[in-house]
Amino acid sequence: MASSATGRRARASGMSRQETRWAWLFLAPWVIGFLVFTGGPMIASLVLSFTEYDVISAPKFTGLDNYRQLMSDPAVAKSLGNTVFYTALHVPLAMAVSLGLALLLQRVGRASGLFRTIFYLPVMTPAVAVGILFLFLLNGQTGLINAMLALVGVQGPNWTTDPAWIKPGIVLMSLWTLGSTTIIYLAALNNVPRELYEAARIDGASSWRQFRHITVPMISGALFFTLIVNTIASLQLFAEVYTMYFGNRATQESTTDAALFYVVYLFQQAFQFLHMGFASAMAWLLFLIILAITVLQVRVGNRFVYYEGD
Amino acid sequence: MATVQDRTGRTLGQPVPARAAQIPERLPPRQPWRRRALLLVLLTGCSVLFLVPFVWLISASLRPRAFVFDTTLLPVPFEPQNFITVWEAAPVLTWLMNSLVIGVMAALAVTLSSAFVAFGFAYFRFPGRNLVFGLVLATMMLPAAVTMIPNYLVWNWLGLTNTQVPLWAHNLFGSAFYIFLLRQFFLGLPRELFEAARVDGASYLELFRKIALPLTRPALIVTFVFEFRASWTDLMRPLIYLRDGALFTLPRGLKVILDQFGRGGESQWEVVLAASVIATLPMLVIFFLGQRYFVEGIATTGRKG
Repeated sequence: MASSATGRRARASGMSRQETRWAWLFLAPWVIGFLVFTGGPMIASLVLSFTEYDVISAPKFTGLDNYRQLMSDPAVAKSLGNTVFYTALHVPLAMAVSLGLALLLQRVGRASGLFRTIFYLPVMTPAVAVGILFLFLLNGQTGLINAMLALVGVQGPNWTTDPAWIKPGIVLMSLWTLGSTTIIYLAALNNVPRELYEAARIDGASSWRQFRHITVPMISGALFFTLIVNTIASLQLFAEVYTMYFGNRATQESTTDAALFYVVYLFQQAFQFLHMGFASAMAWLLFLIILAITVLQVRVGNRFVYYEGD
Repeated sequence: MATVQDRTGRTLGQPVPARAAQIPERLPPRQPWRRRALLLVLLTGCSVLFLVPFVWLISASLRPRAFVFDTTLLPVPFEPQNFITVWEAAPVLTWLMNSLVIGVMAALAVTLSSAFVAFGFAYFRFPGRNLVFGLVLATMMLPAAVTMIPNYLVWNWLGLTNTQVPLWAHNLFGSAFYIFLLRQFFLGLPRELFEAARVDGASYLELFRKIALPLTRPALIVTFVFEFRASWTDLMRPLIYLRDGALFTLPRGLKVILDQFGRGGESQWEVVLAASVIATLPMLVIFFLGQRYFVEGIATTGRKG
């Protein structure tokens, strides 16, 4: 690399303008896409959030009305509460279970291939099918999960109808599809240099101390990455929950708002009631919440994450 | 950081023979069989927990209506008729083909456009590059829910709602995650290859098409299968954009089947389950065929964090 760098510098002056033009040509699809589908929409959605808009008639400027409604609508608070509750349960549990599975996989070595495949299979299942499947499995009277709990003498709750157990049921379902996180951890574990463990063993460190002081710091990059990505995804949970508890009027009315997640409510407001202005305000609130949480995680994380080499 | 590597991928500058001699010792020490057996038992137990839902789903879909809610894992009594019933009750084949076509379009579009953009970031050095790339990475963190409404309004303004175009056309402009992934792969190619081709008079487009693309085929396949999976499992976009039942994707159709046959009154749950199996199986087959690429892809993206 060092030898080619000097050659390029000599060439740069004559070529650079043409090269820069070509570079932007290659970047053009993304730039256009960003303006039309990301940057522009961000601004449009901010503007819309100050209006009343039903797609059919022109938007009407209403000032801060939508934001005032955001504060006073109990369904917003309820759905936000549900979503945060789910995220706070799902993210640490999914990370812990994934790490446990990854540690098992790594230890077993060559035979891990088949198990890895099995843990990843649920990720391939369409969210609608996952929702339907767990509607059956979580059924309080006839579901397989309560049947298995009964085997060990536990009387399972009515996961799909008892408002207190709907969200824990959804968390349970979410733990079935954590294959991606597991594989990320497995890759990270396989990257930890063996020598570190050997040195620790010679020094007489227990396996817990090895885990705590070698494994965790060495895979902290992967832990951090999955923490951020899983949090953002959890706060936007939609398809499984919508499948299970929403859709046609009959189901919607029979369900308590224990399953009303933020993006579900946003979707209803925007595309069922055509309250595009209010829904845009909801979207911006979600964006700010996610931004705040991510910034906080990055701030705190940077203190703990060990970056190898760079 | 670019480390200097020799042809075999070893990092140069280390005492190679000494390391080679160490290799047997670097392998994990052979575990006592008792511990290994315990590990295998634990893993098998976990695997059973992960597999049971699939087994139950398939066997329940093969039982008559009165036995659908049984907790047995065997398809007894056996009723394969369910699959014919669902075939006749709903345009499942149409939905299957729709999902397939949209999935291929979405995956093809995102693979080509993301590779194109990624090559721009990997090959060229120009003012503002890091800034723009930072912006690309930032969009990865942006919640889709925020752009959902304006995107709908854009497609609505173009008169393309209730068509399948909005389900894949946004992919023509690349996607941050794949641009990041493919850029890593392009950066891994030796620059001398491109320099030599330039000396021979190759254009930048030829560098991309004739050198960069063929040499990163595994990464391109990873991108393709990832996006195909994302498209195949998606519910949100089909819900927003498709009104006409003939345009539905399989998940969207499955939701209709659930609402009409399952909860809509008649409680034909065996039809719902058979449809769920039809929506699940193709992807599992694709996964078994291409699992190497899935696993490599996730491992690569997660490794650097």
